[in-house]
Amino acid sequence: MRAAQSTEGAPAIELREVVKRYGAEGLGPVSLAVPAARTVALIGPSGAGKSTLLRLVLGLVAPDRGEVRLRGAPLRPEDHAARRRLGYVVQGGGLFPHLTAGGNAALVARHLRWPEARVAARLGELAALTRFPAEALARFPHELSGGQAQRVSLMRALFLEPEVLLLDEPLGALDPITRADLQADLREIFASLGKTVLLVTHDLAEAVFFAHELVLLRDGRVLQRGSLDALVRTPADPFVARFVHAQRALGLPAGAAP
Amino acid sequence: MGAALAGALALAATGGSLTVGSKQFGESLVLGELAVELARDVGVPAEHRAALGGTRVVWEALVRGDVDLYPEYTGTVARELLGGAVPAGDPAALRAALAARGVGMTRSLGFEDTYALGMRRARAAELGISRVSDLARSPRLRLGFTNEFMDRGDGWPALRARYRLPQRDVRGLEHEVAYTALAAGEIDVTDLYSTDPEIRRHDLVVLEDDLHAFPPYDAVYLYRLDLERRAPAALEAIRRLEGRIDAAAMIALNARAELDGVAPARVASEFLRATLGVAAAPEEEGRTARVLRRTREHVALVAVALLAAIALAVPLGVVAARRPGVGRVVLAAVGVVQTVPSLALLVMMIPLLGIGARPAVAALFLYGLLPIVRNTHAGLTGIPLELRESAAALGLPPGARLRLVELPLATPAILAGVKTSAVIAVGTATLGALVGAGGYGQPILAGVRLASVPLILEGAIPAALLALAAQALFDLAERWLVPRGLRRARAAGAIR
Ligand SMILES: Nc1ncnc2c1ncn2[C@@H]1O[C@H](COP(=O)(O)OP(=O)(O)O)[C@@H](O)[C@H]1O
Ligand SMILES: [Mg+2]
Repeated sequence: MRAAQSTEGAPAIELREVVKRYGAEGLGPVSLAVPAARTVALIGPSGAGKSTLLRLVLGLVAPDRGEVRLRGAPLRPEDHAARRRLGYVVQGGGLFPHLTAGGNAALVARHLRWPEARVAARLGELAALTRFPAEALARFPHELSGGQAQRVSLMRALFLEPEVLLLDEPLGALDPITRADLQADLREIFASLGKTVLLVTHDLAEAVFFAHELVLLRDGRVLQRGSLDALVRTPADPFVARFVHAQRALGLPAGAAP
Repeated sequence: MGAALAGALALAATGGSLTVGSKQFGESLVLGELAVELARDVGVPAEHRAALGGTRVVWEALVRGDVDLYPEYTGTVARELLGGAVPAGDPAALRAALAARGVGMTRSLGFEDTYALGMRRARAAELGISRVSDLARSPRLRLGFTNEFMDRGDGWPALRARYRLPQRDVRGLEHEVAYTALAAGEIDVTDLYSTDPEIRRHDLVVLEDDLHAFPPYDAVYLYRLDLERRAPAALEAIRRLEGRIDAAAMIALNARAELDGVAPARVASEFLRATLGVAAAPEEEGRTARVLRRTREHVALVAVALLAAIALAVPLGVVAARRPGVGRVVLAAVGVVQTVPSLALLVMMIPLLGIGARPAVAALFLYGLLPIVRNTHAGLTGIPLELRESAAALGLPPGARLRLVELPLATPAILAGVKTSAVIAVGTATLGALVGAGGYGQPILAGVRLASVPLILEGAIPAALLALAAQALFDLAERWLVPRGLRRARAAGAIR
């Protein structure tokens, strides 16, 4: 319990001068703190390092330099218990094709030998929360629509009631209507659960819709952090202005206009 | 009857039984059968490990005790087995030298089967060749020799040195192929045995060994000396053949077996009835019983080897997939095994494992590794990154990831590898007959030696059917072992 006491009030997620290089590309040095119960959106063009940042937080890749802390405690390599306190939706969904929707969602719980009744109850809860049709729990991923598959990914991420959600372009490949539906549902879920959420998107409108704060990444560096207002009014870099304007041309939510 | 009773008593006293070996040609098979039937006639259970291999293989088997007795030739004993230290023409000296190895030798059976060179009569007449020394005058002649003759100390090297033969175009061939090539005019000269029935059939001339390069090749049986104690009755019965088979009789027996396609067992029993008045009919196994027995032997070879290969290859594939450095080494190593010719691998196994099923299983096991290791490796490394990452990010430890996600996703690939191994093993196991492992290879090899197509088919057809059955079995296994969702997704074309 010592770790928990010493971390009271520490950010849920913290990166300190983290560097991860893939040859000339990669991420960092990046420092970033996400306070508990906040939703932060990572935005930026593709190749900016958004997915790499999430992988570092999960410990899927180890930083070359710097440190990742979760609630103040340094992340240790291959800490499976720590990962279970993080819910992750990988870019593309990552559902296992050999397991049903329910089998995917409950995989880790079953590995941890939850009683079947408890698994079933939790599945029911999550299906209701994510508005996933309960009768489709027995279907395999290839038998689900894109929106349903994303809801299953979300159920799987939420199953063990993690403190933190890491979502990598969770609405990436959906048609506009499904996407709008799911956006609304997701925001409600985030609001009702009060979790710390770090969400990757390259869509500025979506970022504004979900997040308290935006973090704009480019070429592995944080260019600017703040509200959309701040990004629009006082861009820290010409690229920030270009990124914001390029996306505004496509239409931003009314309230977000400067 | 009296002899049978005496034999039975001797057996009761000693618990003896006899394992006879033979080499891979018709005459050796017939001589092996003669020994087996004579032993059985006096009540000693006898088994024939027919067409075990070349001289080296059968000799090693005798020395190791895998066989008790086999037909051999004094010239081969002197030059090949005793390294030329003892003259072939001196039986007492040969016996003394063999006794030091725990081996005894009967007296001559009454004929010589010497190495000789043969040519088509017309070609020899055209070139005026009747003696081996005449060959020196025609350096352009094309020579085709059996592989054994090419390599043996008393074969081509001795002959070339003795006659100073200048020919450069010298190839190694199978005995039967050499006759066919000779008849077709593809080669001019081949080595042959003086009792080969083909000499008559192809109208060949046997060149006179005018400088006596070849030693006498009197036919004898070699046996383990402990046989005198373990199964004296059998040995005594077999010794009745001493001096009883002359060259003409042996050529006739060989013609029966090799040209007329009569089973060696029947050829032997006919001869025994006619010359020694031995009435013992050979143990004639019906065709169905024979095929069933060989199926059992064949399936056992393949199944044991395959199970062992799976047990090692899947973990190796997993390790190879986890550690790319180790993986390269493992894949290279099992790949190298694959390049060793199957016959060579089998023969290499004999000093370690003797003859019979064990060396065959070991060789099949080694051959079975590569497809399974490679497919396990490919199946695991081919899993999309997002799935591997998801499994890790969920907080599943590596073992659970392997069991719950990675192996299930790799099963189609792993099964495909196992299927490949199984089909290869069914085919390769036919070579097991070379080392006494039985199976479908037995009739195939005997058929090749005896130039008998029906005999070859008796092995080849069931082998092909077994390969098909193995394939069908694994298609069925796929339905059981590949997770349902994966199967359906693949069927729907949703994933590869
Ligand atoms: N495993 C990897 N090997 C090599 N390069 C990588 C790897 N992962 C990411 N990169 C590189 O790092 C940069 C950031 O990638 P990523 O984090 O996936 O970007 P984003 O998610 O913002 O599109 C890219 O240039 C990408 O090519
Ligand atoms: Mg990405």
